[in-house]
Amino acid sequence: MTAGLETKPAPITPQDPHDPLSAAVLASLDGVRDPELDEPVTTLGFVSSCAVTADGVAEIRLRLPTYFCAPNFAFLMVADAYDAASAVPGVRRAEVVLEDHFASTEINDGVAARAGFVQAFDGEAVAELGDLRRDFLRKAVWAGTDRVARPLAAAGYTEHQLAALSLGQTPDSRDLQRLRARRAELGLPDGDDDPLLLDPATGQAIGIEALPLHLRRARLTRVSLDANSGICRGMLHHRYGTVDERGDTE
Amino acid sequence: MYEKDGEKYFVVDSHMHYWDASPENWVPGAEQYAKGWIECFHAYMGLAPENTHWPIEKFMNYGEETMMKDLFEDGYVDVGIFQSTYLKEWYTTGFNTTERNAQLVEKYPGKFIVNGRWDPREGDAGIKQLKEDAKRYNLKGVKLYTAEWREGSRGWTLKDPEAFRFLEKSQELGIKNIHVHKGPTIWPLDKDAFDVSDVDQAATQFQDLNFIVEHVGLPRIEDFCFMATQEPNVYAGLSVVLGGLMHARPKFFAKVMGELLFWVGEDKMTFGSDYGIWEPKWQVEGLVAWDYPDDTYSDYPRVNVATKKKILGLNAAKLYDIEVPLECRLPVPEDEPASQDDAQLVDAGEARR
Repeated sequence: MTAGLETKPAPITPQDPHDPLSAAVLASLDGVRDPELDEPVTTLGFVSSCAVTADGVAEIRLRLPTYFCAPNFAFLMVADAYDAASAVPGVRRAEVVLEDHFASTEINDGVAARAGFVQAFDGEAVAELGDLRRDFLRKAVWAGTDRVARPLAAAGYTEHQLAALSLGQTPDSRDLQRLRARRAELGLPDGDDDPLLLDPATGQAIGIEALPLHLRRARLTRVSLDANSGICRGMLHHRYGTVDERGDTE
Repeated sequence: MYEKDGEKYFVVDSHMHYWDASPENWVPGAEQYAKGWIECFHAYMGLAPENTHWPIEKFMNYGEETMMKDLFEDGYVDVGIFQSTYLKEWYTTGFNTTERNAQLVEKYPGKFIVNGRWDPREGDAGIKQLKEDAKRYNLKGVKLYTAEWREGSRGWTLKDPEAFRFLEKSQELGIKNIHVHKGPTIWPLDKDAFDVSDVDQAATQFQDLNFIVEHVGLPRIEDFCFMATQEPNVYAGLSVVLGGLMHARPKFFAKVMGELLFWVGEDKMTFGSDYGIWEPKWQVEGLVAWDYPDDTYSDYPRVNVATKKKILGLNAAKLYDIEVPLECRLPVPEDEPASQDDAQLVDAGEARR
């Protein structure tokens, strides 16, 4: 009676496309993030295929962990993938398809028509997604603060030292670069002389008395993002048989 | 009841379901949603230990006998609390309605508690229905879905004046436990279904009601924690936290537990298996056996037998006035050492500013 209900597509990973243009398009998708998880769609396993046709059409297929993943975030990812692929030199046109999602049609058609979210969900959505994106960038700044500050505290930096630290004085790392990039996107201070620790809502530096709670909140946000991302990876693995490579890492 | 190392744990499963999602119950024309919904639930089961996975056919309609065995014979559950979910747009007789659940409450006295529901958009008719339900089912709690669509409305919030009216009526009727679904939902188009600021306001306004946030606001645990730490009558419903993380992501589970213990505290966390998504047996055994994996978690509050007894049953028993056998209770407080999270609560209290 229910045969075929749970067919799992074979795992597909768009590894090492043979032609340089397809590889360039796939690389451009590294810049497309799940706004909620603040991770690239490529490392999350959300790109199921990526290729450029002989006449320059970038064909990208995206997939998500569940049929009911939040359509607002899905829309942002499809739209961002469209923009990223279209900007690659040599690509004449991009076609991005979201697979196996309850709102696939609305999202795919909306993005293809260059319509906004409200227009794509005519009569169902009332607000565009700019604010939502900003809210999640702010969370990314919180979580990124923990990634940068926690190792410093572990290495012996005192609270006073952390509170006084500028971005330029902070030991360089990928996490620091990522934090600075997110701050720049949000319009928060991101120069060498700007403080490492600031309030993501106001941009004000964090004083010594507010610092313990600030760091606690940064960690809390990171734990939340990591746990959520862990669940999403597990669900994607269950749905598509993808390799659950990142697993339960720090 | 679960017994381990001479300790007896009273188990209240405060979030479980008895659903019928079989194809015979799919609404014609809405089959893809009915199917998509239950498949999505089934995927969550994939996060449990492999020997507890079920085929989708069983998952869609596991039936009464299986449930009774999984909960009470194998799963150590003393009392199960049904959280009703209607979804009648997709399932002809409903997904798991109060009516369906109430039949089992009657059939197995003392084993189950059924929670009702209300929706402020139903106005006077809704109030009338609530009064009838409260009387008929002796309701002590309700489960609310703020993100649910209804006749052109894209959800509601607990701070709406109409919702306040229903909260007042609930209080008057002796319904003191307000379970709020703040977690994954299917209608999050523009309304942020995970926003918990409305719970904050309602909890401040109605201090005699308890607000149990189911799924701890997942995926936004941080917003939930930051709110809950400021409200003494806000609880963390652990369903999905245990089922979704304890086995599949043990390190993240340890961190999430650590954060919840710090911000919310062990007196305000309640166990829920989310059955039939996950069986209670491995969750109860796992939680009792659980501790932080290593000392990198040393600045989180410690867990001990009392912590686990509270989470597994004593906290929910208090909320629902369930009589706990003497052998499962905690020792009388007089010689109890000072609570170890006192200091942290003061610290967390700074969040109020």
